[in-house]
Amino acid sequence: MSVIFECSSLTKQYGHLAALDHVDLKLESGRIVGLLGPNGSGKTTMLKLANGLIVPTSGSIRIGGYEPGIETKQMISYLPDANYLPDWMKVETLVSFFGDFYPDFRRERAMEMLNSLNISPAAPLKTLSKGTKEKVQLILAMSREAKVYLLDEPIGGVDPAARDYILETILRNYSEDALVLISTHLIADVERLLDEVVFINSGKIMIHRTVDDIRDSEQKSVDEYFREVFRCWENY
Amino acid sequence: MPWDLDSKRSIYGQIIERIKSRIVTGTYPPGEKLPSVRDLAEEAGVNPNTMQRALSELERTGVIYSQRTSGRFVTEDENMIRNLKEAAAEEVVETFLEKIRELGLDIQTVLSMIQKSAGGEDNERNI
Repeated sequence: MSVIFECSSLTKQYGHLAALDHVDLKLESGRIVGLLGPNGSGKTTMLKLANGLIVPTSGSIRIGGYEPGIETKQMISYLPDANYLPDWMKVETLVSFFGDFYPDFRRERAMEMLNSLNISPAAPLKTLSKGTKEKVQLILAMSREAKVYLLDEPIGGVDPAARDYILETILRNYSEDALVLISTHLIADVERLLDEVVFINSGKIMIHRTVDDIRDSEQKSVDEYFREVFRCWENY
Repeated sequence: MPWDLDSKRSIYGQIIERIKSRIVTGTYPPGEKLPSVRDLAEEAGVNPNTMQRALSELERTGVIYSQRTSGRFVTEDENMIRNLKEAAAEEVVETFLEKIRELGLDIQTVLSMIQKSAGGEDNERNI
């Protein structure tokens, strides 16, 4: 498998604060990767940079060899952490909207998932609960046959039962040669899905290992390992 | 429901154990075609790459074999399945003996206890 996501010396500065500080990271296609870190560690900043919503202060980020732009938007399916969908639209209008935007959008897939989660296509978005809106957003993101999925807190706002369904949806729908990067702090819920994890703190990558490597060598779940690593960190 | 896996041990190793146990107990009989990697991964609630790695390892040890176009099958080698079964039984015995040692009982006492318990099923036979 080849490297599809590459940061070199990627830095994003907000005033004095480095949200990302000379990050070097390479991720390969065909992998499901967890981007894990405490609040304010730089996870969302990295995903925003990958989507060209903000630009690096220095260094570079490339997806499939390109800097964020038209080519990368075709490759990347992005689930932002915020609700960005227009409230006045109906769910089915949104589905058509996405179909018009992205040639790799699979309408049948979207309708099927809406159906399994009992979301009515005729419902205007503004009538849906916060959690249901998040589900709709995830369905739209996972209905694309993308090369890279960047999912920012995909399960943060939904109940545990829907969490299982969403994780299953991610497993079922990602193309096998795609990269899935999931940012979350609900580690226990996602770790069995992941090939590898990247721990990030204060804008720096601390650890990049496979899940089974962590479990074999530490005899701990990634969740426990995370708690331990970040507890130690605070003492320095 | 995803498989119940221990979060402290490698996922890959636990999948191997689980599939072996399905073969030993006859859930997957000799010669049976296994579900696809994707279906198994979904059933287990794990990453398809991890499932793939576990199946490759099982293939390497000969417990399953693959036919290029039609998928993966359980070995038809009854000897190998019996070996798996014995290995599983040995593990049970190991854990059992460990617990008995913790209790501080000697083997003779334990053996006669086993004889007595098993005797409930078959009184006449000498073990």
